[in-house]
Amino acid sequence: MSYLEYNLKTAPTGLSKIFHLNWPVILLLTAVSCVGFLMLFSVAGGSLTPWVEPQMKRFGLGMVLMFLVAMVPIWFWRNMAGVAYLGSLALLLLVELFGAVGMGAQRWIDLGFMRLQPSELTKFTLVMILAAYYDWLDVKKTSRPFWVIIPILLILVPTYLVLRQPDLGTAILLVAGGGIIMFLAGVSWYYFAGVVASGVGAITAVFKLRGTEWQFLKDYQYRRIDTFLDPSSDPLGAGYHITQSKIALGSGGWTGRGFMQGTQSRLNFLPEKHTDFIFTTLAEEFGFVGGISLLTLYTLIIFFCVISALRNKDRFSSLLTLGIAATFFLFFAVNMSMVMGLAPVVGVPLPLVSYGGSAMLVILVAFGLVQSAHVHRPR
Amino acid sequence: MKRTTKDSEFSSRKISRRGLIMGGAQLAFVGALGLRMRYLQVDQADQFRMLAEENRINVRLLPPARGLMFDRNGALLAANEQNYKIVLVREDAGDVEEVLARLAQLVPLTEEDLERATREIYRRSPFVPVTVADRLRWEDISAVAVNAPALPGVTPEVGLSRGYPRGQDFAHVVGYVGPVSDYDLERLNDPDPLLQIPKFQIGKSGVEAKLEHELRGKAGHRRIEVNATGRVMRELDRIDGEPGANIQLSVDADLQNFIQARLAGESAAASVIDTETGDLLAIASSPSFDPNKFVRGISVADYSELTENKYRPLAGKAVQGTYPPGSTFKMVTALAALHDGVVSPEDTVYCPGYTYLGGRRFHCWKRGGHGNVNLHDSLMRSCDVYYYELAQRVGIEKISAMARLLGLGERHDLPMSAVAQGLAPTKDWKRERHGEGWQVGDTLNAAIGQGFVLASPLQLSIMAARLATGRSVTPRLVKSINGVEQPSHAGDSLGLNENLLRQVRRAMFDVSNSRRGTAFRSRIVEDAFRMAGKTGTSQVRSAVVRNQDVPWEQRDHALFVCFAPFDAPKIAVSVVVEHGGGGSKAAAPVARDIVLQALYGGLPPLAAYPAADHERIREMQRELPLRNPSSAEDGKDQA
Repeated sequence: MSYLEYNLKTAPTGLSKIFHLNWPVILLLTAVSCVGFLMLFSVAGGSLTPWVEPQMKRFGLGMVLMFLVAMVPIWFWRNMAGVAYLGSLALLLLVELFGAVGMGAQRWIDLGFMRLQPSELTKFTLVMILAAYYDWLDVKKTSRPFWVIIPILLILVPTYLVLRQPDLGTAILLVAGGGIIMFLAGVSWYYFAGVVASGVGAITAVFKLRGTEWQFLKDYQYRRIDTFLDPSSDPLGAGYHITQSKIALGSGGWTGRGFMQGTQSRLNFLPEKHTDFIFTTLAEEFGFVGGISLLTLYTLIIFFCVISALRNKDRFSSLLTLGIAATFFLFFAVNMSMVMGLAPVVGVPLPLVSYGGSAMLVILVAFGLVQSAHVHRPR
Repeated sequence: MKRTTKDSEFSSRKISRRGLIMGGAQLAFVGALGLRMRYLQVDQADQFRMLAEENRINVRLLPPARGLMFDRNGALLAANEQNYKIVLVREDAGDVEEVLARLAQLVPLTEEDLERATREIYRRSPFVPVTVADRLRWEDISAVAVNAPALPGVTPEVGLSRGYPRGQDFAHVVGYVGPVSDYDLERLNDPDPLLQIPKFQIGKSGVEAKLEHELRGKAGHRRIEVNATGRVMRELDRIDGEPGANIQLSVDADLQNFIQARLAGESAAASVIDTETGDLLAIASSPSFDPNKFVRGISVADYSELTENKYRPLAGKAVQGTYPPGSTFKMVTALAALHDGVVSPEDTVYCPGYTYLGGRRFHCWKRGGHGNVNLHDSLMRSCDVYYYELAQRVGIEKISAMARLLGLGERHDLPMSAVAQGLAPTKDWKRERHGEGWQVGDTLNAAIGQGFVLASPLQLSIMAARLATGRSVTPRLVKSINGVEQPSHAGDSLGLNENLLRQVRRAMFDVSNSRRGTAFRSRIVEDAFRMAGKTGTSQVRSAVVRNQDVPWEQRDHALFVCFAPFDAPKIAVSVVVEHGGGGSKAAAPVARDIVLQALYGGLPPLAAYPAADHERIREMQRELPLRNPSSAEDGKDQA
């Protein structure tokens, strides 16, 4: 087992671990969360309720959990990967059976004090199991078909359950996140080339066959694609989100209208203004400067994670850190693309900024794993 | 499963390489996001900012107050009344049904009202105020205000709505307003944004419709900030509009009221014109209707009662109705012939009671005939045969020309609905209209105001005014707009021979002042106010039967035209009583009462009437359903 190779003498123990945490990442996470508090405060019209206060509490709880997770050696978490994965699958099934219906989709389990979205959890347990799998797998077998099928199944099972909810955004994130880990682990380029080629082929076929008897998608699904490609074709229907969000963004200009001065988001032109579309409020009130700043904060988080991963000689830690960073990247990249009209509206929150308990907690716990990997890296 | 160090190093190099690839790809994507952000927020900022303003700011029109209408003495004819209404906001009301039930105990609300209101409330967004009750009394509003705590979401509001304090007196003159319809929009082709306001009130008939442009005023607007669901967040600015112009009409409200009352029960019309200025002092049509009902939205029952009434209350007969003028046309024939020189005032014609023309027998109304008659006698006693003779001598073209000179067959420009042109027929007209040549018989019929000749009461009063003055008196209905006096048309001389005119006037004087005149029984004995007139009885059917023996629809129209005082004419009056029988019996007494009322400026003393009539007149004056002058001022009883 690889942890036997660790130089345990140099690994920090006890409370001294605190000094070896990846502090830049913690500070950046806090900074991003604070941006979130500000925006929620503004969206609520200058009020701590209904969003800022619960969000702050969850941030506090998430920070505590992050530190606890960081204190526990990374090899413990690696051993827990299978349990965590199966646990999240069980929760997904539970949602399928008993979940509450919110916004037309079954997504959460009501725990009393909070609503748990197992799909959020799954994004990171999938990263854990894949990292553990590739840590366990002999490197030479990585690209053999059989050993490629297994991680694909690991990805597709939760993806299927999430799609059933239906939650297209999470499903995309799961597939993309899982794919990135496989890529990082060294699965041959040919597989990815094959996937890309067949994907292009499939999309071409879908469009070529439109209007014929063999068309793959239903008419309304085609219309959704049309709407994405040309939002103005349906400005009050499905294109409404995209058009309104672009208007809000664009009206921000260089420096924005100023804090609490945004008209579009605060006047309810934007749907989901406190969750998926919160970036529009930021962009409207703080303009290009504000938007780029947030993007920079996110990029720095990824940067420090990648540095930490690349300097970590432990394969599991490395894969886990890169995987979590990649998933985090997918979160904000998809969300921003969607808000800026580069991607269809699929319902992915802006990490740490959007209002939402599960995502906040899960992301902070995941960064706890990153911290644990950082602290307990072999030296 | 023991891994060699080499494996481990190989794998970590691989992770490093692919980790860098991933990091690079992510950085590239972030760069793309940044560029996109720049494109949206910097390059296209102006365009999006404009779109955002459109999103945010909503312009609401502020309807201006409609111009008021007054009579010549300043009495209010069309007012903007305070309209108390109750509005309900669903989201504030909570239990809508419960609140409405409570409200129904305080203000008069029918089941139908409640049902309509409930439907409307649930159709609209929860924050939109919906009018539940309209046109309430102050007491009802007070009751609601006092019970406000039990009526959440209910607010009393005050708005302006059109009201006509004079009720039915001016229904045909002033007209009424109503909500703008699709048809109106198409018809008016008016870009005024006010018309786009749902249920905006515009003039539908009468002066309200004809002077809509002046009365409407200019819209103000307020800019408000709204959210995506249309809820008003705050008012940004407000520019009040210009109220519509106030219009003073030439009519005298009290005289009009007297005439409407005097005509009550008949299907009749009367027109009173000031001979000196052309001002229309009264222009009445009976029966009338209450225009206020139309503003509020008339019920189907009320409306069909109006349309099915054989007396046609909706028609403004004084200007819309055209009638064969009958013997009142004889002045025209006489003047045409006199001017043409084919006859002199002293020439006589023998009237045996009929004349023959081309094998057809043309009757005089008096079977026994009038014997030898000259101009004076023929007018005073209304001999038909005399005019048959004149007509043959002078011809239809000259008669028609004289008719037009005196204001017949011409559409007078008045801001009232459907002002009729009437008809002064010519040979060309008949050929064009009927495709037949003109017969001499047609000329004979026209000479006594029958056949093709048609005139409205308005035109007949103008004719009387022109006969009285010799000038081309032209009617004026609008005295001033926003205090700016409108031009009056006393008119230039008609170019008629004053001597001949005097002969005709003298004969008209004797119609009602000579014992042998047809309207002697309707004479005025007050010397200062003596009137000169002419009776007319126009046939509706051809057979000669006594009027009492035929149904109302087939009886003759009774007409009378006159001017007074004879020595210095001030007013000219025409009266038409549809199917009233003889002009001397049905129309002349009415005209006399109108003349006296107008000249005295109120109910005339009995001394103005012949002694034999005093008892009857006193009775009539007592029973006239006149408007109480004190209540006429505020008009609350009508509103």
